[in-house]
Amino acid sequence: MFPRIVYESFRRQARRKLLAGTAITLGVAVATAMIAVATAIGDKINRELRSYGANLVVTPQEDTLDVEVGGINLKPPSDGAFLNESDLPKIRGTFWHHNIVGFSPMLPVTVKLGSGSGARDVTLLGTYFNKALSFGKDDFTTGVRITDPWWKVSCGDGKESAKCRWPADDSQDVLLGERLAAKVNQKAGDTIEIAGRRLTIAGIISTGGAEDDQIVAPLALAQQILGKPGAVRRVYVSAMTKPPDALSVRDPKTMTPEVYDRWYCSPYVESIAYQLQEVIPHSHAEQIRQVAQNEGTVLSRIKGLMLLITFAALFASALAVSAAMATAIYERRIEVGLMKALGAGNLTVSTIFFAEALLLALVGGVAGFSAGALLARQIGRSIFNSQISIEPVLFPIIIAIAVFVTFAGSAAAIRRAVKFDPVFALRGEG
Amino acid sequence: MSSIPGGLLTPKQVADRRAQAPHTSMFARMLLRAAVLRRRRAASALLAMIVAAAVATAMMNLYVDVQAKLRTEFRNYGANVVIVAKEGQSLPTDTLAKVESVVGAKTLVVPFSYAVARIKDGQSDGQSSVVVVGTDFARARQLNHWWKVSHWPSAPSEALIGMRAATVVSPKAGPNRQPFELTFQGKSIELAPAGMLQTGAGEDSRIYVDQSEFQNWTGVAPSTIEVAANGTTAEVEASIRQLEQILPAADVRPVRQIIEGEANVLNKTRATLYASATLVVLTSALCVLATLIGWVFDRRRDFAIMKALGASERLINGFFAAEAAALGVVGAILGFFIGIGVAAWIGRVNFHASVVPRFSVFPYVLAGSVAVALISAVLPIGLLRRVQPAIILRGE
Repeated sequence: MFPRIVYESFRRQARRKLLAGTAITLGVAVATAMIAVATAIGDKINRELRSYGANLVVTPQEDTLDVEVGGINLKPPSDGAFLNESDLPKIRGTFWHHNIVGFSPMLPVTVKLGSGSGARDVTLLGTYFNKALSFGKDDFTTGVRITDPWWKVSCGDGKESAKCRWPADDSQDVLLGERLAAKVNQKAGDTIEIAGRRLTIAGIISTGGAEDDQIVAPLALAQQILGKPGAVRRVYVSAMTKPPDALSVRDPKTMTPEVYDRWYCSPYVESIAYQLQEVIPHSHAEQIRQVAQNEGTVLSRIKGLMLLITFAALFASALAVSAAMATAIYERRIEVGLMKALGAGNLTVSTIFFAEALLLALVGGVAGFSAGALLARQIGRSIFNSQISIEPVLFPIIIAIAVFVTFAGSAAAIRRAVKFDPVFALRGEG
Repeated sequence: MSSIPGGLLTPKQVADRRAQAPHTSMFARMLLRAAVLRRRRAASALLAMIVAAAVATAMMNLYVDVQAKLRTEFRNYGANVVIVAKEGQSLPTDTLAKVESVVGAKTLVVPFSYAVARIKDGQSDGQSSVVVVGTDFARARQLNHWWKVSHWPSAPSEALIGMRAATVVSPKAGPNRQPFELTFQGKSIELAPAGMLQTGAGEDSRIYVDQSEFQNWTGVAPSTIEVAANGTTAEVEASIRQLEQILPAADVRPVRQIIEGEANVLNKTRATLYASATLVVLTSALCVLATLIGWVFDRRRDFAIMKALGASERLINGFFAAEAAALGVVGAILGFFIGIGVAAWIGRVNFHASVVPRFSVFPYVLAGSVAVALISAVLPIGLLRRVQPAIILRGE
């Protein structure tokens, strides 16, 4: 009898069930999408924050003092120590290599631009543009196009075109800083004499920094000019990090082994620097505080905000589901009156209603979960150009929440419906 | 005035009384009585309305305010505009005042002057070169929050030593703060190290000195001014154009790393916020819809009686619409203030700063609430209209 009542209730009151079911589906969909977005937002924003550039720099341990004003180095460039280019792919071998978005080696060389009396000293910066490297079985590309996304190559007018492009990393072509290009009156496609070599200008580079007064060239070319194959002055590393906390700033030397393991296995900027030092011999890795210190604050603010909004969304969808259930049950007082007049106890009546609510919650929950997953994916794709995937572990949690909220929303209405005098209900008063 | 015995009133007295009685139209009385007699149902409908309006208000307030809040966070990244003298020159002495007049007094404007000085090498007793920077410490400290400084200089003769510059200043310097000597074009100056500076960038190789002390010693005026301009990308660009106009002798450069990074992160955050706020507002509208449909359905007997007594379709529609609108208005007003409170609380918890209440969103909240209320009232009436009053009154 019991299953038949429930079954007939769904069959004969399809419209009402559809309304309540729709409310549950929509509520669960919003809740699922918001939870998915809130859990993914940290990672997504962290990746976006990488557009501020590298947050770590690796220098030789025995580095000498830079004497540099306004991007012009006043010190003989062959001075001092260098890192070895062949050590760089090992960066992909550190514990947190998945968090390392990219790295760019830098080798500044002071060169003569032009010849004869018109020659001037400028800095030529050797680097990777988008170099293909491999570490073990891992093939990857890295360079300034990844670590410094605000660097733009154009023909000098700020617009990108097919003619003016990034040079290949194994070419002998160079990029001229935009202010330097204006000074020496050169444009893309010209050839210029740099350190006695005739080189082609592949494009004009604009960075808004010191590079605008410099020449940017493939690393191999800078090494040839300097006469030091394999030499790198410093390496900028762009890594996704965890905001600093009490543990991150502690000195690893004073930690107990367990604390050390926890510190080492957390992607703090400090522990990533420590691991970079481990893999690159004779190096010193340090955070670039301008980038590293600020991203933590921005990240925690945005994460906190999304968490609060997610609570608001959960609250609103819980209310919507409760309201829909309360309405659906309130409309059925006459049925309750009839059941009770035929001798059904309060418990039986409540059980019927709760069973219906459970069915609705399960169906609405599954539909809402799928809709919410689609919605989250759509949000991820349209805003961040990447997927927001739903953890499968979320499914039972969401269904449990859906059932709980549906029950909670129905409880008060069911209680009132059951308490209502069947005589009044059947007379249609109330 | 005569009266009929037994307390009965003459027709004239009845007419007088009617004229003196507070004039409430039947329409208004019906509205009021409907709310008072079904207090519980009316209260739950109003509650749904208030919650929806509050959530919508909070979301709209946050959406506008969070962008401003995040921009202040982004200013911690330091200067986004740099003014540099043309090659080999210093900036004219009135530049700082001019810049401040354009960007306003609240904006941080920090001058820097550079010189390469000789220092007696602490290790090899030889001479080495080091970059010395003159600046305003109080301003530089506010601009560059990320500088890790062990101790800021307090006297003009004290200097801030970059981490790497410290190796040439004196390996013994530090705790005992031995004074050291710098020479620039034959003139020398004696400075005491106040503290160490660590940034992980170029600043680590420099020595920072008080601006006026630096100028007395070298005679070099500031060649760079860093500006942390507030506002949106368009506002910053406008400031740059203005600065270019009044400073023909200087080069005004946007710091693209900072400006583009900020625009990128802010755009993504704004889009996420927009999507979430829309979802939340829609959900709360759904909540109102569900409650109000129930509340109107529930009153189908009122509807039937009105119809049976000869009320026109228009009157009934008007009655339910007025009722819904009243509910929407009251809910919007109460919800608006609660929502402002919620937004302020979120601002305090998350950003440690107050959210300015934006009364400009009130018209939107009001219009939205009334619209949702009207839709929820009209939907069930459309369904009821087809039903004969007799059937409803029979309770079927």
